[in-house]
Amino acid sequence: MTVVAVVLVFGFFTYNAQVNMENRGIDFGYGFLSQESSFDVQFSLIEYDGSHSYFRAYLVGLLNTILVSVIGIFLATILGVLVGIARLSPNYLINKFAAFYVEFFRNIPLLLQIFFWYFAALRALPLPQDAEAMFGISFLTIKGLFVPAFIWENFNIFFYSIVAAIVAIIVIRAHAKKVQETQGKQTPVLLISIGLIFILPLLSFLIGGVRLSFEVPVLKQLATTSFIYEGGVSLPPELIALALSLSLYTATFIAECVRAGIQGVGKGQKEAAASIGLTQNQVLKLVVMPQALRIIIPPTTNQYLNLTKNSSLAAAIAYPDLVLVFAGTALMQTGKAIEIVSITMFTYLSLSISISLFMNWYNNKIAITEK
Amino acid sequence: MSKINFLKPDKSNLYTFLYLGSFLFFVSVLDVLLNSFFSLNLTGFLPGFLSFLLPLILGFIGLYFIRIELSGIKQLDLLNKHINTNNFNAVLSLLIIFIILKSIPPILSWFVIDASFAGDSKDVCTGTGACWTYIKVWMRRFMYGMYPNGEQWRINLSFIALASLGSVGYFATDRFKKYLTLYYVVIYPFIAFLFIFFFISGGPVFFDFSYGIIAAILSIIIGFFIPSKFKFYYFLIVPFALYVLLKYFIFYEELIELGKLDGLNWVETGAWGGLSLTFIISFFCLIFCFPIGMAFALGRRSGFPLIRYISIGFIEFWRGVPLITVLFMSAVMFPMFLPADFFIDKLVRCIIAISLFEAAYVAEVIRGGLQALPRGQYEAAKSLGMGYWRMHIFVILPQALKLVIPGIANTFLALVKDTPLIFVVGLLEIVGMLNLAKTNPEWLGFAMEGYVFAAIIFWIICYAMSKYSYNLEQKYKTDR
Repeated sequence: MTVVAVVLVFGFFTYNAQVNMENRGIDFGYGFLSQESSFDVQFSLIEYDGSHSYFRAYLVGLLNTILVSVIGIFLATILGVLVGIARLSPNYLINKFAAFYVEFFRNIPLLLQIFFWYFAALRALPLPQDAEAMFGISFLTIKGLFVPAFIWENFNIFFYSIVAAIVAIIVIRAHAKKVQETQGKQTPVLLISIGLIFILPLLSFLIGGVRLSFEVPVLKQLATTSFIYEGGVSLPPELIALALSLSLYTATFIAECVRAGIQGVGKGQKEAAASIGLTQNQVLKLVVMPQALRIIIPPTTNQYLNLTKNSSLAAAIAYPDLVLVFAGTALMQTGKAIEIVSITMFTYLSLSISISLFMNWYNNKIAITEK
Repeated sequence: MSKINFLKPDKSNLYTFLYLGSFLFFVSVLDVLLNSFFSLNLTGFLPGFLSFLLPLILGFIGLYFIRIELSGIKQLDLLNKHINTNNFNAVLSLLIIFIILKSIPPILSWFVIDASFAGDSKDVCTGTGACWTYIKVWMRRFMYGMYPNGEQWRINLSFIALASLGSVGYFATDRFKKYLTLYYVVIYPFIAFLFIFFFISGGPVFFDFSYGIIAAILSIIIGFFIPSKFKFYYFLIVPFALYVLLKYFIFYEELIELGKLDGLNWVETGAWGGLSLTFIISFFCLIFCFPIGMAFALGRRSGFPLIRYISIGFIEFWRGVPLITVLFMSAVMFPMFLPADFFIDKLVRCIIAISLFEAAYVAEVIRGGLQALPRGQYEAAKSLGMGYWRMHIFVILPQALKLVIPGIANTFLALVKDTPLIFVVGLLEIVGMLNLAKTNPEWLGFAMEGYVFAAIIFWIICYAMSKYSYNLEQKYKTDR
């Protein structure tokens, strides 16, 4: 019965789609992806202009989505963890301040917040020619944030040195654990790790011939009243508004996850750990955090996913993300609604599903195995 | 008096430390207070950097002095316990006090003191504060969108009627309590739909609506005199018969043509907007997404593999895509899948899309509740000889839904907060109307006021919802 119903519904839709496309003279197919796109995108991470293909435009949008999501996740995590811990503080003022933050930002629609930052708050910033330098090198203006660019020499050596440091830390940690389990001796892993991660890159500067210089943005006059900064890296105001509102909004949810996680560890656990002679730090590191993380990580990953999906609201303020570039401009130009919307949805879907599969695997790995 | 060690305040010199510390703390707060409210700088004679940090340093020393454990003074102990447990907390408390003191004057002056309330044109807004005149002038648009001014009483009346019908549950006596679920799940949404479709949308079909209402009222009145034996059949047949009678024997179409009857003007959904549209969309999506979500939650735990896989596919699909692409789909892709002459209204498509989207989230929440029930509940119900539906309706779902009230409330909150996204298909609820008003050449430059206004409205709605769900949770909490 169900099979027949499903098949019938799909058949009905497919038939209609075919008829409609015939009527409008559109043919179905993904061949348009390699055609010349002939539209421009104002902000892109990879080289792109109108002469590139639609597929390249898709990549530009995807990369922009990933960029704003990564920035948002980074900021939201820091802020969320801080606020989550603050909500557990015994200090009345800090506690209430954090609670106020969470209740305030959580109950206002994200879109409204994005509009607020983009159309109201960031419009109050100074014009490029009036902007004062922050730390003497970067400029926050109405046309975006201009920061110095890093110019590397022998970047690969620097990169390898960091990789080497990380590998060394992993090896040392494994060794320290083994030593502790067999001989009961403790090694100051943290100090060694911090030392390694600083000293190896430093060595690469001293010996390996790595050079780092900055290209500071310089004010340039375009017309009599129009100024812009040149050189360095420029972040458009859309990106700033979007990253800011996404992280402020998501941080409230992450804060609640963190709070729930830490509260979820039983008081008895802490007391038991203290009674076998662990120090305060050891209790936190060895007993509370591993258990709290087990509660915190799954919902937090969910919030990361939500943030990534919410970044599609970028279309409302014309930040060229996947939805705006591909499902907006490209769709208008080609008129291939079914193909483009399906590709866009499939992209988000595969992103979500791959992350949730990873999370399932991780959950199973850390789950308490009860006898 | 014993020797005073200033580095280590203790109880023996309690009052010395108390007076000294409170004085320093008071001075530091006073300095910031004067600075922010009267822009006086008490410490202006010091170099800039020091003058900036001085309140913090003074306050810190003050708090350090009064941090005496078990002083015996109740207020002091309370203060120490709450904001002054150690140096770090003292600094944070001071910072927060200073931030609050610093931020009150500018916020207050923007909101109230320098703001303009009077007048009805842009000219009155010359001050540095907010221009609430803008909100006042645009109020109707923010509330009703492009709905014609003369017809707005229809929206008001429908909302008042629906609100009073919705509050029936509070006044119901015990005799009628058992019908409440039926009322809220089937009858109330149906009445709401009638109101929206016939009354707010209007057009000639309005008469159908009024005949329906007349038929319903008449049949209920007559129903009191019908013996209870026939009541069921009576209510099955008579209202409908009355309706048909009214419709086909009072020829309203001819009456309209003759000009004797003036129907309600038809207002197309494109003209609806503002906060009322937010309410309409939220209301219908809430009503639709719940049963759909419940069905898929049960489907995901079903014993038939096919139903299970369809449910999993449905849930994971909607949960994996952003709502904005779903609305895109409903706007540009969905019409392609329908027969050429078949047209579904933009608003209806929106409501369907949002309902399906949120249903997937509701399904996952309800599944959580179903999984949380101990297996014994299922087994006990089965051992009493209950079938699948009886077991779920009378045993499983009441318990599971009780467990997931917070989760469902969160989903509903997310739904309300998602409604502004309908700008994608060109419907303008309150945030969309704000963006429209912002670009009006006569009223440029008041974006801030508009967004603050909308933020306050949404905040109140969402906060009220979350508090209400918390109350529900407490009310239905049963110890297990």
